Amino acid sequence: MAQRQPDREIVPAVQRLRVRYAKRGRLRFASHRDFQRAFERALRRAGVPMAYSAGFSPHPKVSYAGAAPTGAASEAEYLEIGVLAPLDPDAVRAALDAGLPPGLDVVDVVVARSGSLAERLTASIWRIELPGVTPVAAQTPVAEFLGREMVEVQRRTKSGIRTFDARGAVVELSVESSAADGPPCAILHLVVRHQTPAVRPDDVLSALHQVADLVLSAPPQVTRQAQGSLDDSTGAVSDPLAADRGPAGHAAGA
Amino acid sequence: MSVDAERPPLSVFDRLEPLLPLVGKPIQYVGGELNSVVKDWSSCDVRWALMYPDAYEVGVPNQGVQILYEVLNERDGVLAERTYAVFPDLEALMRQHGVPQFTVDGHRPVGAFDLLGVSFSTELGYTNLLTALDLAGIPFSASKRDETHPIVVAGGHAAFNPEPIADFIDAAVLGDGEEAVLTVTELVRTWKAEGRPGGRDDLLLRLARSGSVYVPRFYDVDYLPDGRIRRVVPNLPGVPWRVSKHTVSDLDAWPYPRRPVVPLAESIHERASVEIFRGCTRGCRFCQAGMITRPVRERSITGIGEMVENALTVTGFEEVGLLSLSSADHSEIKDVARGLADRYAGTNVSLSLPSTRVDAFNIDLANELTRNGRRSGLTFAPEGGSERIRKVINKMVTEDDLIRTVATAYGNGWRQVKLYFMCGLPTETDDDVLQIARLAREVIRTGREVSGRRDIRCTVSIGGFVPKPHTPFQWSAQLDHEATDARLALLRDAIRADRDYGKAIGFRYHDGKPGIVEGLLSRGDRRVGRVIEAAWRSGGRFDGWSEHFSFDGWMAAADEALADEPVDVDWYTTRERDFSEVLPWDHLDSGLDKDWLWEDWQDSLAEVEVDDCRWTPCFDCGVCPQLGTDIEIGPTGRQLLPVTAITAGAAALGDHSHDR
Repeated sequence: MAQRQPDREIVPAVQRLRVRYAKRGRLRFASHRDFQRAFERALRRAGVPMAYSAGFSPHPKVSYAGAAPTGAASEAEYLEIGVLAPLDPDAVRAALDAGLPPGLDVVDVVVARSGSLAERLTASIWRIELPGVTPVAAQTPVAEFLGREMVEVQRRTKSGIRTFDARGAVVELSVESSAADGPPCAILHLVVRHQTPAVRPDDVLSALHQVADLVLSAPPQVTRQAQGSLDDSTGAVSDPLAADRGPAGHAAGA
Repeated sequence: MSVDAERPPLSVFDRLEPLLPLVGKPIQYVGGELNSVVKDWSSCDVRWALMYPDAYEVGVPNQGVQILYEVLNERDGVLAERTYAVFPDLEALMRQHGVPQFTVDGHRPVGAFDLLGVSFSTELGYTNLLTALDLAGIPFSASKRDETHPIVVAGGHAAFNPEPIADFIDAAVLGDGEEAVLTVTELVRTWKAEGRPGGRDDLLLRLARSGSVYVPRFYDVDYLPDGRIRRVVPNLPGVPWRVSKHTVSDLDAWPYPRRPVVPLAESIHERASVEIFRGCTRGCRFCQAGMITRPVRERSITGIGEMVENALTVTGFEEVGLLSLSSADHSEIKDVARGLADRYAGTNVSLSLPSTRVDAFNIDLANELTRNGRRSGLTFAPEGGSERIRKVINKMVTEDDLIRTVATAYGNGWRQVKLYFMCGLPTETDDDVLQIARLAREVIRTGREVSGRRDIRCTVSIGGFVPKPHTPFQWSAQLDHEATDARLALLRDAIRADRDYGKAIGFRYHDGKPGIVEGLLSRGDRRVGRVIEAAWRSGGRFDGWSEHFSFDGWMAAADEALADEPVDVDWYTTRERDFSEVLPWDHLDSGLDKDWLWEDWQDSLAEVEVDDCRWTPCFDCGVCPQLGTDIEIGPTGRQLLPVTAITAGAAALGDHSHDR
């Protein structure tokens, strides 16, 4: 007997929406796979008319940009969806946000105009809180690290232990003064260029440990504050959705 | 009663949080799931912690806990939060940092609740109960607890013989929990409002005297010199001689869960579930669930339709499982399947119907439910390999039925058929098990003939049989693990030896050792409690997980704990009982008449089958007259109408900026 074909017609997307979402508080412990399943459920709850991939087990068309690691919070995660009808991005934002538990928050939705979202995400700004470490104690390792041209670190990956340079990708690393009251807590401000393999905040922390023996007494609290295009001259990271907004956007019709 | 005792306990989350980056899958401990509930502590006067004593990923989909969580939280002044077993990595850190067992909803210490309700689907969760009690600071021995400790209540199927954990629990509730938890809640509320007169013992006595709850400490167990039980008697006036199970009638009046908790962590069932009926009267003699959940009570076709639609809307799941012990036996299952398939035609919603019998009718149902999708695998449970053994267990399916059913499946485009069997059934011989290999070969031969393809597969899945309380096999000898493993090895070799068909037949089996521990815990008495505690002290945890289970640990614990007793593991497991023996659960009433169970056991040995009382006259199992219940089945004659809610959501999101 002939191979069964799904009855469903495959319809191409008529609109692409770019979504910025945040992973906050205790839900920062969700893995990227956990988020993906929750997001697909939210799409169904919201009734978003998704474009689906072809084949026997069709999947909604969602492209995720590189995700923050499990345990790291983020104010700036991005994804893109393809839909079968022109939608109001503000209504989609509200409906998706309502379909996700508090802590996984949909912050912004825009209609994609042009270009590739992934290509605009060339760098991240991270905030790294180091409970139990005084800002003074963090200064020396940071200065030592910045003074090197290369600091090799190791990380366990699916294919075993991998050794790579954690210094080259770091555009900026500084120690911010912590709050005057309360226990000591150094706060690192890190701007890192996206590359392969990705240099993550924990790689920078192991580099700091390696160059100047920075020891943590408690797990660091890591938050991605922004992602976008890196301006090499100023070190600034721009809003990756800015190019999709503006006069010609959906707001013009209202 | 002091006011201080009512002060809201502090959340332990601040102390837990720094530990989470150090453990596996931390998301399972943080709560905050869609549809979870955290009620204000101070505005409630009865507070339940509900535990499923296994890992979060196993426990969170459990329907029993989800139902009670909602039933309780819907009531004013009542609060329920969930707690699960923590894995050994977190357990070690919690001990090191003094973090108590906590609920995932409010991260409140379990010790601060009025009640700790624990749902035991299987006896292999007993050591996890002890870990939770220990981490919560609750003494193992119920007699050492005072008013500051929660009342520990066991429920679930294993609670039909809670004797092995009698020392660790304060109470057990048998049967359906929906109404029983509310009865218990009211008794606790009244006692607290009165200023807790007579302390903890008085509350337990009130619970026992209500007749709704079994309180083990109010029953004395005496033993004969040979180790058998002499008698079990109440030791206080007003405590009933026997405690009966609870039976909910009219499932349409209990459409729970209405708002299922949707976990972020991946769970063992990534789907919503709708219970289409409760109870089963097929009469399979090995099946404890079928025996203790009688009579059959159906949810109506329209009730099912509403629950399926609601579950999809409030969870966002793509799949809904229609649950019951024998799904295809619903009186209107054909209309249910067709109605749901019509409703969700053209969407990605998928429907599944687990627990189906070997019956060609089920292929029609499965075809209907997979109209849009892929026909990958179908599962059937003949349970026994030979015609003879199927008569012994009352699994009324002939080999012709089976072959015809499977042929129909392959003919309809299904590529893979999974067959479930048991090894170690009463009267079983090597030959009964070897017949499974012949059956599987016949399945493949017929399948190739009917489908004209050679890529069809059949998987044989087999595990050891464990005799359970309140079944006709409660008297039977369990097969020892060496014999079980030897028989499974014979079967494996027979399947692999076949040149023509061996490669098309998959073989999955569970070895016999965990079954012996399960058997000890299933038919054990109060003396087994000491074995459980010794096993826990030697590191026993997560006994349902092969990577954590230690057979040697359990056997050493039994040797130590039963050293001064005339009984041992074999006595509890591989020994056949006779009719006159007092069984540890005889004072717990599942409604089944003990004489009838014995007759059914004798019929089994004579290979006499018993039909289903839904379609044939009553065979006097005793449940309906004993409990004042009756079978509740359709047909209602109603139909499912199409729903429009799915498309309504999309319309609301439309870009209306050009409408004006």
